[in-house]
Amino acid sequence: MFDVLTDLLTVLDSTMRLSTPLLLACLAGLFSERAGIFDIGLEGKMLAAAFFSAAFAYVTGNVWLGLAAGIGASMLLSLLHGVASITFRGNQLISGVAINFLAAGMTVLIAQSWFKQGGRTPALLSGGRFENITLPFTDALSVVPIIGPFYKEVVSGHTILVYVALMMVPLTWWVLFRTRFGLRLRAVGEAPEAVDTAGVSVIGMRYSAVIICGVLCGIAGAYMATGLQAGFVKDMTAGRGYIALAALIFAKWRPWYALSSCLLFGFLQAVALRPDLIKGYLGFEVQVQLLDALPYILTVVILAGFVGKAIPPRAGGEPYVKER
Amino acid sequence: MQKMPVWADVILIPLVSLLLAALLSAAVIVGIGEDPQAALKLMISGALGSTYGWGYTLYYATNFIFTGLAVSVAFHAKLFNIGGEGQAMLGGLGVALVALYIPWPHWSFALIGCTIGAALLGAAWAYIPAILQAKRGSHIVITTIMFNFIAFALLNYLLVNVMRPAGSMDPATASFPEATHLPTLHMLLEPLGIKFSKAAPANVSLVFALLAAVFVWLLIWRTRLGYEIRAFGHSESAARYAGINPVRITVIAMMVSGALAGMMSLNTTMGEGERLILNSTEGAGFIGIAVALMGRSHPVGVVVASILFGFLYQGGAELALWTSIPRDLIVVIQALVILFTGALDNMVRMPLERLFLMFGRKEG
Repeated sequence: MFDVLTDLLTVLDSTMRLSTPLLLACLAGLFSERAGIFDIGLEGKMLAAAFFSAAFAYVTGNVWLGLAAGIGASMLLSLLHGVASITFRGNQLISGVAINFLAAGMTVLIAQSWFKQGGRTPALLSGGRFENITLPFTDALSVVPIIGPFYKEVVSGHTILVYVALMMVPLTWWVLFRTRFGLRLRAVGEAPEAVDTAGVSVIGMRYSAVIICGVLCGIAGAYMATGLQAGFVKDMTAGRGYIALAALIFAKWRPWYALSSCLLFGFLQAVALRPDLIKGYLGFEVQVQLLDALPYILTVVILAGFVGKAIPPRAGGEPYVKER
Repeated sequence: MQKMPVWADVILIPLVSLLLAALLSAAVIVGIGEDPQAALKLMISGALGSTYGWGYTLYYATNFIFTGLAVSVAFHAKLFNIGGEGQAMLGGLGVALVALYIPWPHWSFALIGCTIGAALLGAAWAYIPAILQAKRGSHIVITTIMFNFIAFALLNYLLVNVMRPAGSMDPATASFPEATHLPTLHMLLEPLGIKFSKAAPANVSLVFALLAAVFVWLLIWRTRLGYEIRAFGHSESAARYAGINPVRITVIAMMVSGALAGMMSLNTTMGEGERLILNSTEGAGFIGIAVALMGRSHPVGVVVASILFGFLYQGGAELALWTSIPRDLIVVIQALVILFTGALDNMVRMPLERLFLMFGRKEG
C-alpha cells in the first residue's frame, strides 16, 4: 500500500528545502551572537529580504538582482540593529523586537503601494526564480539501488541557494575556528575587554558580525520568496526566524550542530505537511499542532539543561563600555 | 550624579522620542503616496470624533493597559517578558473554561470567576519560564518566545479538536451563556444619562484595567514585595546581599506579569467575543512592550500610552476602511515607537543630558 522508499525520499527532499532558510538564518544568528549581539530580529530581516528580493526579481526579471536587493534590505536592518545596540548601547532584545515589527509592517505597506495586490508581489515567472539544478552523474547513478534515487531526489534537484546554505556550514566553521578574524569575533562575545586591551576595535568586530548576519539573513529571505515559493506574501516567514533562533540554542552556538538541528527542525516541518504519511506508517494520528510546537518544546527542554547544557556567549546582550 | 531633572526623564525624553516616531511615520505615509495630514484628520475623527469611535479606542486601550502593566511589572524586576501574547491566550482559555462549564447566576459573579480563571492560567504559563530562568538559568526572553508558539499550538489543538461544538467549522468554542455577558459602556452609562454608542465593544473590563493599574502602583511602590522587586531589578547582587531571594522574586514578578496579561482576555473573550476564538489576542501582548516602554513602566504612563495606542488602532482601522493605506501602518508606527522609546533611548538621552549639563553649569 505504501511505497516506503518513495515516501521517505519525498519527505527528505522537502526536508532539504525547508531546512535551507532555517540553516541560513541560524548561521546568521551564530555570527551575531558569537560576537555578543543577541539578535531576535532574524525573522524581520528574512521577511524584508523576502519582499525586496521578490519585488526586484519581478520588476527586473532577474533573480540575481532580486537576491542583491534582498541582501541589501536585510543589511540595512542589521545596521539599524548595530546602531541601536552597539553605537547607542541600547537594549538588543528591544531593538530586535522593533525590527521584527518594522519589517512586518513595511513589507505590506510597500507591497500594497507598489503592486496593489493586497500586500503581496505578483507571482514570479521563470526568470525571476532560482531554477532547480540537476547535479552531474544523476543519470549515471540512477541504476544504483537506494543511492541512485537518494542522489536524484534528495541531493540533486535543488536551487543553488540550497547548496550555498550547505557550503556555509564548513565555511562558517573555518572562519570562526581557523582564522584570526574568527578568534577575535568569538573573543568579542566572551571577553570584549580582553580584545580591547589587545588593540582590536570591539565596535568594529561587532559591526562586522552584524553585517555578516544581515547578508546571511538576506540570502535566507531571498530563498523563501524566489526559491521555495514564487513571490512574496504577507508574513511569509511565519516564525522561521524564531525557529532558527531555537535551532541556534539547540546547536549550542556551533556550526555543525546548527546543520543537524536545522535538518531536524526542517524534517519536523516536512512531516507536518504530510499527516497522511504519519497515519499510514504509525497507525495513529499525530496532531499537526504537536509537530508544529515540537521545535519550541525541544528548545525549552534543551534550555532547561535537562539534555546537555546550552551556555550562550558570556558577553552576549551586554553593550561594551570602554573604561575611562 | 543627577544629570537631568526628573521631569525631563519622565516627560521630555518620551515626548521627543514619540515626536521622532511620528515624523518618521508621516514620512512613511508620504512615501506610499498618501497625505499624512489628511490621514491624521481621518484617524482623529474616526477614533475620537464619536462615542462609537471612543468605544473602540477604549476597548483596544483596555487590552493594552493589561498587557502594558504585565510587561512593566516584569521590567521592574529587569525581566523582559515577551510572552504576554501566549499568557493572554492561556488567559482566554481560563475565561472560556470558567464561563462555559460553571453555571453563573449573574455577570458580576461570572466576572470574578473568569478573572480568577484568566489570572491563574496566565500566571501558570509565565511560571514555567520564570522557574526555568531562576533555577536552571535559561534565558527568559527565549523561553517566553517559545511559550508563545507553544500556547498557539495548544490553543489551536484545543479549539479544533476538543472545545469546538459539534457541527461548527470555525476553530472556536460555543458562545458563552447569556448570564456571563458583560455590560458595555452603553449599558453602564445609560443610567447616568450619558448616551454612549451601543455598537462599540468597550465594556466593564475597562474599569478592571484601571483598577489593575492602581493595584500595580500599590504593589510596586507601596509594598515590601514591590520594593524587593525594584531592588532586584536595579542590582541582583545587591539584592541578594540584602537577603532578597532571587528565585522568589523572579517567580512572583513573572506570575503577576502573566496574570495581568491573562486578564486581558476578560476584555476580548468575555467582553467582546463572548466565545474563545483562535486569534483573540491580535498581537496585544506585543503592543504591551511598546506601551510599557513609552509609559516608562509606570501605571500612569501605561494608561496614557494605552489610550494613545487604542487611538492608533481604531484610527488605523478607519484609515484602512476609507483610504488605500493598509492597517499594517499601525504595525510600523508601533515598531518606530518601540525603536525610539526603547532601543534608541540613548540617542535622544545623550544630547539632552549634555544640554542640561551645559545650562546647569551656567546657572551654578
